[in-house]
Amino acid sequence: MSETLNRYRVSTRRSAELALLVGAWLIGVFAWILVDSATGETSFGGWTSLLSAGILLLITHGVVRWQAPYADPLLLPSVAALNMLGLAMIHRLDIAAAQRAISNGSPMPTPDVYLQLTWMLVGLVAFMLVLFFVSDHRRLQRFTFTAGFAGIALLFFPLLPIIGSEVNGARLWINFLGFTFQPGELTKVALTIFFAGFLVTRRHSLALVHKKILGVGVPRGKDVGPLLLVWFAALLVLILERDLGTSLLLFGLFIVMLYVATGRRSWVLIGSALLTVGGALAYQAFGHVRVRFNVWLDPFADANGSGFQIVQSLYGFANGGIFGTGWGQGYPQLVPFAKTDFITSALGEELGLMGLIAILLLFAIVVERGARAAVATRDPFGNLLAIGLTTVIGLQTFIVIGGVTRLVPLTGLTTPFLSYGGSSLVANYIIIALLIRISNAARAPEVTDAELVLRQDGDGSD
Amino acid sequence: MIRQINRVTAVIVVLLLALIINLSYIQVFKAGDLRSQAGNQRVTLTEYSRERGPILLGSEAIAESTPTLDALKYLREYGDGSNYASITGFYSVVYGATGIESEANNVLAGNDSRFFVDRLQQLFANREPKGGAIRLTIDPDAQAAAMKSLNGRTGAVVAIDPSTGAILALASSPSFDPNLLSSHDAGDIQATYEELNADPAQPLLNRPLAMTLPPGSTFKLVTAAAALESGNYVAESQLPGPTQINLPGTDVQLGNWNDKSCGPDDITTLQAALEISCNTAFAWLGMELGADAISEQAQKFGFESEFEVPMTAAISRFPADPNKPQTAMSAIGQFDVRATALQMAMVAAGIANDGVVMNPYLISQVLGPDLTVLQSTTPSAFGRAISVENSKILRDMMVGVVTKGTASKAAISGTSVGGKTGTAENAPGEPAHAWFVGLAPSDQSKVAVAVVLQNGGGATEVSGNSLAAPIAAAVMRAVLKQ
Repeated sequence: MSETLNRYRVSTRRSAELALLVGAWLIGVFAWILVDSATGETSFGGWTSLLSAGILLLITHGVVRWQAPYADPLLLPSVAALNMLGLAMIHRLDIAAAQRAISNGSPMPTPDVYLQLTWMLVGLVAFMLVLFFVSDHRRLQRFTFTAGFAGIALLFFPLLPIIGSEVNGARLWINFLGFTFQPGELTKVALTIFFAGFLVTRRHSLALVHKKILGVGVPRGKDVGPLLLVWFAALLVLILERDLGTSLLLFGLFIVMLYVATGRRSWVLIGSALLTVGGALAYQAFGHVRVRFNVWLDPFADANGSGFQIVQSLYGFANGGIFGTGWGQGYPQLVPFAKTDFITSALGEELGLMGLIAILLLFAIVVERGARAAVATRDPFGNLLAIGLTTVIGLQTFIVIGGVTRLVPLTGLTTPFLSYGGSSLVANYIIIALLIRISNAARAPEVTDAELVLRQDGDGSD
Repeated sequence: MIRQINRVTAVIVVLLLALIINLSYIQVFKAGDLRSQAGNQRVTLTEYSRERGPILLGSEAIAESTPTLDALKYLREYGDGSNYASITGFYSVVYGATGIESEANNVLAGNDSRFFVDRLQQLFANREPKGGAIRLTIDPDAQAAAMKSLNGRTGAVVAIDPSTGAILALASSPSFDPNLLSSHDAGDIQATYEELNADPAQPLLNRPLAMTLPPGSTFKLVTAAAALESGNYVAESQLPGPTQINLPGTDVQLGNWNDKSCGPDDITTLQAALEISCNTAFAWLGMELGADAISEQAQKFGFESEFEVPMTAAISRFPADPNKPQTAMSAIGQFDVRATALQMAMVAAGIANDGVVMNPYLISQVLGPDLTVLQSTTPSAFGRAISVENSKILRDMMVGVVTKGTASKAAISGTSVGGKTGTAENAPGEPAHAWFVGLAPSDQSKVAVAVVLQNGGGATEVSGNSLAAPIAAAVMRAVLKQ
C-alpha cells in the first residue's frame, strides 16, 4: 500500500528550504560580525538580535512545513537573506550615527535596528497568520470588493487629520499608538487582490469586445471605465500625497494585470499613453515633479541643493566600485535616507557591484519563483494574483533602485525587505506568504477521491 | 494567460538586468570621474582615515598625524608649525594640501607604488594601512636661526649645502600656523584662510621660492663671474670707477651708493669694485662684456630654469635683448633682473662648490610606514657655472667683501666668510630690498646662504650689510655649529 502512495508523493523540498534558510541567516550573521569588527563596535548586543532573528525564521519555516508543505523552497530563504542583509546595513548605519553623536558630543541616537527587528517579527507573524487563515488562496476572491475598498481607503488614510502625518513633504504616514505606519504599502496588496478578483470575471468582455481604431483594438468605453478610475486615483494620490513612487507602482501594476487578464497589448499602449499624459501634466502643474525630473536629467546642476541626495548616492556607488569597501569601511552615512530609500547605495558602497548583483539576483529569484507559481497554479484568479504580487515586488525594486542609480527619476519608495521601515516589511512578507500559498497549491499533488481514501487509510496505519 | 505571464516576467527580468548594466556603468566606468568630482568628500575621508606618514627632520617629526574621535580619524599636527610652514605647507580638508604635504602626498598618504608589497602585507596581517614618511634636508638649527633672525619682518632666507644642493634652511616671513588650516573645523579653516589671504604681508606666500625681486648688487657676483670667465679679466684688472657715469644714449647719470669715486684717479680693480660694491665700475664692465655674456653666465647659475625642490620655484630672469644703458643697469642687478632667494643662494653655492651648481632639493629620504629607507636622494649637478680657478678667485674676492668691504656684519669669528651685499632700488618712494648672499668657510664651504628683506623688512635706513648680513651670519653659525 505504501508503494502505491509513493508514486503520488511529490518531493516537498522542505529540507532544501531549511538549509537555504540557515544559509540566509548565516549571511546576515557574517555581515553583522564584519560590521562590528570593521567599526570596532561591540556594545550593540548583536547576538541576541541575531539569535532572535534566527529563531523567528526557524519558527516560520516550521509553519510553512506544516501549513504549506509543497510551497516553493526558494521564496522564503531569498527574502530572508535580503531581510538579514538589510538588518546588517541598518546596524552598520546605527554605528555610524552613534560615532557621529560621540564626535559631535550630541545625545546618542536610539539604534533603529531593534525596531526593524521588531518589525521583522511583526512581518513574520503576519506571514504565518496569512498561511493559517488563507488555507486556499481562491477564497480571497470572495473579498474582491472589500479588498478594493480597503485598498483605496488605506491610500487616503494619511490625508485624514490627526492620524495623518507629513514627512519630507510627502504625506504618506499615519500615526497610530505611537507607531508610524505607511498604509500605502498595504494598499498594494489589497489592490492586487481586488484587481485579480475584478479582472478574472471581466477579462473576456475586456478582451473580446472592442472597436478597431487605426488598426489597434480599442476597448469599449464602459470597459475602460475602471482603468480610468484607477488612473485618476493614482493621479490623485500623486497630487495629494506627493507620492510619485506609489502612484507609479499602482498604475504599472494595473496595466500589467489588465494585459495578463485580457492578453490585449492595446492595454499596454493605452496605459503607457495615459502614463505619459499624466506625467506631462504633473510636470507642468507641480514644482516638485519638475524638480525631480530636472534633477534626474542633471543632478550635478544643483549638487548641493536639489541634486544632493542623488549625487551623494552616486558618489557612494562610485566609492564602492566593483568589490566594495567592505562592511563598515565606506561612508554610506553621507547619503541622506541611507537606511530607507537609499539603502541600495549604502550596500553598493560597501559590497560593491558584485554585492549588488548578488542582491539583484535574489530579487530575480523571487520574481522567477513568483512567476513560476503564477504559471503553475491551476485557477485564473491564482494566475492573476500571483503575477500581480510578483510584479509588485519586481516593479518596486526597479523603481527604487533605478531611482537611486539615476536610471529613472527618483520617486521615493522603500526597497523590499532591505529598507528600514515596518509597513514595507510587513506588506512584503504578506506578499511572500500569498505567493507561498499559491505555489503550494500549484505544486501539491492533485488529489482524487480515490487517493483521498487511500490517504486516510494510510494515515490510520501510520 | 500563461504566455502573458511569461512575457511580464521577461520584462521584469529585463528591468532588473537594466539595473545591473546601469550599476556596472556607474561603479566601473564612471567611478573614476565621480570619485574625482569636487565636493565628493569620500576621497578626503578615505585619506583621513589612514594614518598619514610624518615629515621628519632627522628623527624629529615636524608634521605628524594623531588619532581623533571624529569622522576624520586623524588630525595633522605641526609641532613647530609657523617655523616650518613654508616647507611643510598645510593639509586642509577645505583647501587641499600645499608644500611637502602636497608634493609628497602619494608617499605620506600611502598611495605610492613603492608601498605595494607593504600594502599586501598589511592586507594579510589585517593591520591598519599607514602612510610612508618623508625625511628632509633641513637643519633645524639653521631654520630656527633664520626664522628667529627674520623676526616677522617681510623676507626670505635660503641656506644650501653647496656640495650637494641639499636645502638646509628655507624660511619665509611672516609665516602662519599650519595647524589652524589643518584642523577638522571647516568654518575655522575658512575664516583663518580668508584672514591670511587678505593680509597685505602675504603670510601664505612662500617667499624664498615664489618671490622674485631685483637682486641689486648681489648680482655683481654674476657679472664678476662673467668677466673672469671671459678670460679678459683677473681680480686685479683695472676698471674705471668714477663717481658717476653717463648711461649712453640717455641723460641718466648712474652714481655710486656713497656718491664717491671708487678709487684714486677714478680707477679701481675688479676685486676692489666688488668689495666696495662700485656701481660705475660694474655698469661699465657690463657694457664691455655685453648682455649676452652676462645672460649666459646667469643661466649657468640657474637663471631661466625651473627648479623643483620638489615645490616648483619661480623662474629667475635676466632681461632679453637689453640695450646698452639697460645692460649697464642689469649688470648691477637692477632694471628687469629678477631673482628668488633660492636662485641667489645657488649663485653663492656654485661659487662655493668649485664652480659646479648642484640641483637644490628638500627631500633627503623616502621612508616606508615602518620607517625603513625606501629611497635616498642622490645629489645631482645642474651644471658647471665657472671654472675651478675662477671659483677660487671669486671666493677670495667675496672674503674681501666681508673683511675689507661692505659686508662686515656677516663676519663670524674664527671662520673665513665670503659674501656680497645688495640694496636693490625699487619704485621711487618705496624702500629698497636688502640682500645678502654668502658662503662659509671660504675654503671647503659647508653652507651658502641668501637673505632678502623685502622693502628692507620695514626699516627706514635700508642696507644689505646692516639688515641682511647679520641674519646670514646667524644662519651660517647655526649650520657650522658655532
